[in-house]
Amino acid sequence: MAKEKTFNEFLRNSSAYLILLGLVVIFTTLTPRFLSLTNLINVFLQTSIVALLAIGQTFVMLTGGIDLSVGMVGICCGAIAAGFATGYGFGFTLGTYPALILGLLLGATLGGISGLLIVLGNFPPFVATLVMMAIAQGITLVFTQGRPIAGLPSSFIFWGSGSVGGIPMPVLLLVIGVVLAYFLLTCTSFGLYIYAIGGNKEMARLSGISARKVELGAYIISGLTAALGGLVLTGRLASAQPNVGEGLNLDSIAACVLGGTSLFGGKGNMLKTLVGALIMGALANGLNLIGVPSYPQLVIKGLVFIAAVTLYIVSSRKH
Amino acid sequence: MAENQVSLEMHGISKSFPGVQALKEVDLILHRGEILGLVGENGAGKSTLMNILTGILHSDTGIITLKGKPVNIENPRQAQIMGISIIHQELSVLPNLTVGQNVFLGREPRLPIHFLVDWKNLYYLAKEHFKKLNLDIDPHILLSELSVAQRQMVEVARALSFKADIVVMDEPTSTLTEMEVKNLFSLIHTLKEQGISIVFISHRLEEIFRIVDRVIVLRDGVLVGSAPISQVDPKQLVMMMVGRELKEMFPKESLPQKEKVLSVKNLKRGKDLKGVSFDLHRGEILGLAGLVGSGRTFVARAIFGADPLEEGEIWIEGKKVQIRSPQEAISYGISFLPEDRKAQGLFLKLPLSSNIAITDMKELSFLGIIIFKKLQELASSFVNKLKIRTPSIFQIVRNLSGGTQQKVVLAKWLALKPKVLILDEPTVGIDVATKAEIHALMNGLAKEGVAILMISSELPEVLGVSDRILVMHEGLISGEFLRQDATQDKIMLCATGGANNG
Repeated sequence: MAKEKTFNEFLRNSSAYLILLGLVVIFTTLTPRFLSLTNLINVFLQTSIVALLAIGQTFVMLTGGIDLSVGMVGICCGAIAAGFATGYGFGFTLGTYPALILGLLLGATLGGISGLLIVLGNFPPFVATLVMMAIAQGITLVFTQGRPIAGLPSSFIFWGSGSVGGIPMPVLLLVIGVVLAYFLLTCTSFGLYIYAIGGNKEMARLSGISARKVELGAYIISGLTAALGGLVLTGRLASAQPNVGEGLNLDSIAACVLGGTSLFGGKGNMLKTLVGALIMGALANGLNLIGVPSYPQLVIKGLVFIAAVTLYIVSSRKH
Repeated sequence: MAENQVSLEMHGISKSFPGVQALKEVDLILHRGEILGLVGENGAGKSTLMNILTGILHSDTGIITLKGKPVNIENPRQAQIMGISIIHQELSVLPNLTVGQNVFLGREPRLPIHFLVDWKNLYYLAKEHFKKLNLDIDPHILLSELSVAQRQMVEVARALSFKADIVVMDEPTSTLTEMEVKNLFSLIHTLKEQGISIVFISHRLEEIFRIVDRVIVLRDGVLVGSAPISQVDPKQLVMMMVGRELKEMFPKESLPQKEKVLSVKNLKRGKDLKGVSFDLHRGEILGLAGLVGSGRTFVARAIFGADPLEEGEIWIEGKKVQIRSPQEAISYGISFLPEDRKAQGLFLKLPLSSNIAITDMKELSFLGIIIFKKLQELASSFVNKLKIRTPSIFQIVRNLSGGTQQKVVLAKWLALKPKVLILDEPTVGIDVATKAEIHALMNGLAKEGVAILMISSELPEVLGVSDRILVMHEGLISGEFLRQDATQDKIMLCATGGANNG
């Protein structure tokens, strides 16, 4: 029985890694191309946007909240930054770097507004971020008139399509983002407070923690990483596309959940969120390689999701 | 006589969990209409035994016989059908439903059209049921409008509505005050007269001696004693539970000094606080007694900045201060251990070390980055100092026993080196040995000059530990006693408002 317990614990703690490993093994046997270096970089590249959004999502979910606006906030920031960089809509250009920085600031601001609604207005996170999703989408559509903004300077496109030392920029940014976030969560008091709030908000307050500030911080980070994801996506597509954000919200939440982050807060970690995102990336990539068309892919994705959550729930069951 | 009829027999019950033998060959006999006390320290196996009886757990070996027939209790539902009901320590009633809905939840009487509930009949049945139990509660009101004690009564009523003839009560009194305990006990006597057998689990020995007919003692999963209550005295019982003699249940050695550390004047907040004033001195243990709902906890929360005050002044070491948040209270050297350690005292998913360190992160970090070496040193030093029994300082707190958890909460607040320590029910649900350790620790702190305000519903504890005792009634201080002048009767009189009225 003791053995069974440690085995369960092992399963629970490493279910995300095991599923990723399982996918790698399956796809490698089906097609040797899967494990090539080029393809692995491809997997990371395909994962990078969702994973960037999932970084901030992890902070929010650890506090027990949820951010439904990350996809739209990202797209919105991408479009506004593209406007500043190309002069579209504003009638003047600022140059790439000011545009990128303004894009990031806009993301942090939008995240901060959601956060303020939640900590000062006592809005449930679901509602506040749903509202923010609508607003961000509205701003994007009004600004772009529903049409792509093209003609980005190459320095802007570099952030999504360029590479340094053979590593694509999105992957590089993702690695830096995950390392920073991991450090924040495990080595700083802010990170400890994030976990504490997710465990029990009232108690965090009674322990002398400014729970509101910390929670607000989580939403600002979420807005910031959403903006980063949106900017990178804009660079990759070499244009701001107003209609590509639909799936990103749920994919970022799915990455967190596949990585074992609790929807009730207090449990989860950054590396596993990355693994969660990689599971989705590897799945999409592998299915493409073996020639599964994109509509059945959705069904298979759903089934893998069920398997992953079942594995987690079964291993957490108490005797 | 009916009294001698055996209602339940558990024989040779053993149960092991990974790494622990929770029960070893335990026997238990329960007669009809008998009140059986089940005592033992935390982790002695009381809950495991009762969980086996009520079908929550299955024993590895052993036989259970009900009224002479061997039975196999697969699950809680089956236990209920066999007439065994349990009232858990944590209330499991639903506050957003009415009293009547709670009592018949899952078994609502139906109208001829089967999926419609016969509400009229439901409330009628609930009323009749309450009448039988001498309970004066309106089944129509929402449970959230009832006091904790009344909720407990509803839970008892619900348990009995299953036509139970065996009722297990797991620490039913831990959240009740003396008055409410009296009501519960008279209910228990009513049940006894109706031939219902009761297993009564409690850490409060004084209650065991008041209510039970016979007592059995578990220690480390082994049955170490069984005797009619008239044949044992408290000392013997404690010795059986602990396995050694405890010198004094409430050792007392501190001497309060004259210096005022904390003064509160005319604290007011709605119905909860109607003008509370008192002083707390260096090295003093001030007991705060009163019924649940008398405003004791609100005094503590007001001083700690957890609830805003409408009126009133707080003075720390002769200086008037404004405390608007727990953070500010902490900066003035005030620590507060809330009543419900699971809901308000501990981060259950975090390791022991983080739990202890979390109030003190300013000291333990540099530019927001945690200095892990310092954090671990702090945690280790408290593990040693408070004799916290844990495999490691990285143990997740959820997995520790109740007494150990309470020590972790204490450590968390002591890490701040408080001048004023407010303890709300510091020993609820904690076994005698750990309780004695916590009392000794409080004395030690008082000796070092810490001023302690202790809220407790357990009168022997208030009388044993405090230098001075305040009693609250309906948001006001209704009595004050020095240690040597206080008695249970005097305190109860003030707590129930008797002293004011006449």
